[in-house]
Amino acid sequence: MNGLRGLLAEFAGADDVLAATRAARRAGYVALEVFSPYPVEGVAEALGFRTRLAWVTFVAGLLGGAAIFLFQGWVHAIDWQLDIGGRRSFAAPAFIVPTFEITILAAALATVFAMFVKNGLPRLHHPLFAVPAFERASQDRFFLFIGADDPRFAESTVRAFLGSLAPLEVHDVSR
Amino acid sequence: MTPRVDSERWTEGEPDLAAINDLVVGTVQSPRTRRSWLVAIALAGLGVLALALAVFGVFWWYVGIWGVDTPVYWGIAITNFVWWVGIAHAGTLISAILLLAEQPWRRSINRFAEAMTLFAIACAGMFPLLHLGRPEFFYWLLPYPNTYGYWPQFLSPLVWDFFAVATYGTVSLVFWYVGLVPDLATMRDRSTGLRARVYGVFALGWRGSARHWERHQTAYLLLAGLATTLVVSVHTIVSFDFAIAQLPGWHTTVFPPYFVAGAIFSGFAMVLTLLIPVRAWLGLRALVTARHLDYCARLMLTAGLVVAYGYAAELFFGWYSGDPHERDLLASHLHGRSAPLFWLIIGLNVVLPQSLWWRAARRSTVWLFVLSLAINLGMWLERWLIVISSLEHGFLPTTGGAYWPTFWDWLTLAGTLGFFVFFMLLFLRFVPAIAMSELRELVAERRRRGA
Repeated sequence: MNGLRGLLAEFAGADDVLAATRAARRAGYVALEVFSPYPVEGVAEALGFRTRLAWVTFVAGLLGGAAIFLFQGWVHAIDWQLDIGGRRSFAAPAFIVPTFEITILAAALATVFAMFVKNGLPRLHHPLFAVPAFERASQDRFFLFIGADDPRFAESTVRAFLGSLAPLEVHDVSR
Repeated sequence: MTPRVDSERWTEGEPDLAAINDLVVGTVQSPRTRRSWLVAIALAGLGVLALALAVFGVFWWYVGIWGVDTPVYWGIAITNFVWWVGIAHAGTLISAILLLAEQPWRRSINRFAEAMTLFAIACAGMFPLLHLGRPEFFYWLLPYPNTYGYWPQFLSPLVWDFFAVATYGTVSLVFWYVGLVPDLATMRDRSTGLRARVYGVFALGWRGSARHWERHQTAYLLLAGLATTLVVSVHTIVSFDFAIAQLPGWHTTVFPPYFVAGAIFSGFAMVLTLLIPVRAWLGLRALVTARHLDYCARLMLTAGLVVAYGYAAELFFGWYSGDPHERDLLASHLHGRSAPLFWLIIGLNVVLPQSLWWRAARRSTVWLFVLSLAINLGMWLERWLIVISSLEHGFLPTTGGAYWPTFWDWLTLAGTLGFFVFFMLLFLRFVPAIAMSELRELVAERRRRGA
């Protein structure tokens, strides 16, 4: 292996990169990644990628809500019982407000936390940032990346393949 | 109705991706507004100093320096709290509910409205804490294990309020930041030197990878769903502060929906108050068009009609309850001591907004601006009527009282206004005020469809 991390093809339009991604999948490449300045519809499907983030939201909300509900019950019925005119100390309806709020809070924080962790962010340095043209990935250009860790990766073949997709340019990404 | 062909257009001209980037990044980096910005932030800085003085006063002499006294234990601090937290709601509605409803026009104004939400919540949150009597012990509202061995009273609306506002503030901040990360990456890639490094840190190394986008968009949608529940719940819980009590004028079942509608109503008024001058100042008329203002005005009118229904329901149930104390308060509102205030509120919040049925009024920037100021004032006065007039009235003439804010009350209100403007100005100077990545998607979709 030389110092190459992969090859990066630059495109001007979202449709171009989408077509290129589908072509790369058909050609059997798997170590693919697409970079775009906005979420391009269909690219995630073309990469065969799905996220299960909603489960995190659901479970975290459930756990957060249950925890604060039981906690309030424990506080008022067991640990710090106050007899106020003989009212029942396990006043479930009154516990609903904090329960609701903590459900939302736990679900939201867990969702965001899981999103960043699964994305491997924060990661301030990345080999892609060494490619000067890559700064337009956050502005108006679209990129298809084929990694050197792909089992079918051979530099000359991949370079020729990417060239056949009519990109603006093909950049080397070093390690 | 607008012709079908026009319905896809939410920008003036045909900007491409680069034009949008240039325009939005330009608002942050351009020297054109630097001098006026410096003047504005210096003035707002005086407001922040006023707030610091007002807060110092409360910590030093306690709430006795405010005009609160038996029987009016809640002064304009609570009026201000309800008003500020209400204003926040429009930002969340724009960013969350309109996202779920797939309204393309939210994309030009959601970032701005969310920033408004954040700073309004910060202003709102100060008031109940300062009003605690012993503000230095505000953290006693948190359920944390302590040597006294006691816990917050979870049956108390004050504790509910704390949970509601704290959750609202946190979720709003997270929602805003998640949407901001891709735009911070753009700022990083278009800046140099120290600026690029600072933006780079806050962008967390965002690369725009398709997998990242997919998770990001899913998380954003999930957050929108969660925040939608907050749009309707936060002011509901604020209304419980009143509705749970027995006081005439407070103990009403219509309060939760009526408060939520009032919140959205005043929030849209504040969106217009801020958006109209800012879009002219920053040169964003091409992205925030007259049509955006028109749609804000429509939603404001809708919320205003629900508020009008709330007034009517309050009057009706006051009468229908047969409760002599409720009827006394009603008489006071209609033709008694609080009548001038009540009818002024009706004029500002019910009569004037009816002008929005006419397209000419919705398309007149000057009228929208004047009307938005009138509604902001009207909604503030409405909360005065609810909080203070009800307490002044009480149950019997002998238990009534009178309240007028002191210098310190006004200083706190003026201080939060300065604080709010100060942070809005900082936001406009350092953060792209329009969600570029969302607008790029909008423009690209239109081009694709047009092609």
